[in-house]
Amino acid sequence: MNVFDIIGPIMIGPSSSHTAGAVRLGRVANKVMNHVEPVEAVIELSGSFARTYKGHGTDRALLAGILGYKSYSEEIRNMLSIARERGLKYKFITTDIPGAHPNTARIHLKGAHGEECSVEGASIGGGNIRVDYINGMRVDFTGEHNTILVLHRDRPGLIASVTNLMKEKYREVNIGNFSLTRPVKGGDALMTIEIDGLPPQGMIEAMGQIDNVINVILIRSI
Amino acid sequence: MLRYQAVAEVIAEAVRQEKKISEIVLANQAQQLEKTEQELYAQMENSFEVMCQAVVQGQDPKQKSTSGLTGGEGFKMKRYAQSAGGGLCGSFMTRAMSRALAVSGCNAAMGRIVAAPTAGSCGILPGCLVSLYEDKNLPKKDVVMSLFTAAAFGMVIAAKASLAGAQGGCQAECGSAAGMAAAALVELSGGTPEEAADACGIALANQLGLVCDPVAGLVEIPCIKRNVSGMMIAFSAADMVLAGIKSEIPVDECIEAMNEIGSAMPAALKETALGGLAATPTGMRLKAQVFGV
Repeated sequence: MNVFDIIGPIMIGPSSSHTAGAVRLGRVANKVMNHVEPVEAVIELSGSFARTYKGHGTDRALLAGILGYKSYSEEIRNMLSIARERGLKYKFITTDIPGAHPNTARIHLKGAHGEECSVEGASIGGGNIRVDYINGMRVDFTGEHNTILVLHRDRPGLIASVTNLMKEKYREVNIGNFSLTRPVKGGDALMTIEIDGLPPQGMIEAMGQIDNVINVILIRSI
Repeated sequence: MLRYQAVAEVIAEAVRQEKKISEIVLANQAQQLEKTEQELYAQMENSFEVMCQAVVQGQDPKQKSTSGLTGGEGFKMKRYAQSAGGGLCGSFMTRAMSRALAVSGCNAAMGRIVAAPTAGSCGILPGCLVSLYEDKNLPKKDVVMSLFTAAAFGMVIAAKASLAGAQGGCQAECGSAAGMAAAALVELSGGTPEEAADACGIALANQLGLVCDPVAGLVEIPCIKRNVSGMMIAFSAADMVLAGIKSEIPVDECIEAMNEIGSAMPAALKETALGGLAATPTGMRLKAQVFGV
């Protein structure tokens, strides 16, 4: 904890959990789309999010994050019309996700050429978030550290290829946390790698060149 | 090496180095965050400027919250401060009240604010510090530095108790903000580190037990007006200490009491909107008005 956790964040009101945290959840979905502009968003809201989202502007905050805005962007207030202008069709569905944190959102995005992604996560207080699922795969990260998501095919030796690349070419990078999720043997799998500091230039691209890696995404700490 | 686990630890270090709390905190944080003191000061100055802008934005007569339940309080109070010759509390205080209302109203209207320490209590530090800057002409550098002092007290409260209404009730949000502000006010008025700690203790003690019972779960009723009472408690605590009155209970023990009271508080009174003002007939009616039945 540091002084700017106490005097800060600078944010658009009214609620750190229901507004600022919601922007950050939306931003994760924006990053997972990897520079593809979404044209359709279906957002499921659970718990307190479902009951109070209109009064807290949670809907505008989530859309702002999805469109790449930050939790201090003044545009959040007008996000419903900005989303329409940018050609994003959106729908909010109130639901009850069993066992989920009270402030949970499940975001489904589609791009113009069939690109798709889904992100489920919770706003856990003070603007902090926890991401629980990406594209249906179980993950567990907060975005507090710089996080690299490596979507890949489940093949032997792939974790070693990724970490060896870091060891051989980018020695200064230190991994703070590592996890792997794989819903089906031989299918798609996801590595979540939290690192100290920002990745050196070229590292993300180099990871993307490794055989059987489908996509590499960097989610910067906020 | 500061760990921010007790106010006594921070005070002892300031006394040992014969420096202000803000100075030792800035030096310590620069080391922790691997940045220069100038960089951290600039970041804090930016936060203070956002506070000043939120005051202006929140005094707009047309300001309305997203729910429609609140709006215009900052403007009405500013107008009253002028037209009523300062009202009952005097011009300085009614203008400060207008600022606290304005920033809190700005938050409710989806304006840009600095959570200090939370969005729900974001009007208290600006109500105090922007007032000293604008109406008592204190140097900007001193005012910005005093935010480091406020932050140090906030870090200790976060470590020993909580800053979240959902965990500790409103005493954890507006109470903490008032305690932090009181300490900053004392430092700005030339008080010692011990006096800053006493002012924080008195401000916290005067809000112990305050529950978090927002109508419809929104950060509006009663939050906006509680920012005014928190701000006034901060000023009165600072003035008492500067008059030579001490906090009989040391601030660290006040924080421990706050934590214990927060734990004992029923869930209905901790940001669930199930009890207190939220559960009154009018509170329920307003909720139905915003969200439908």
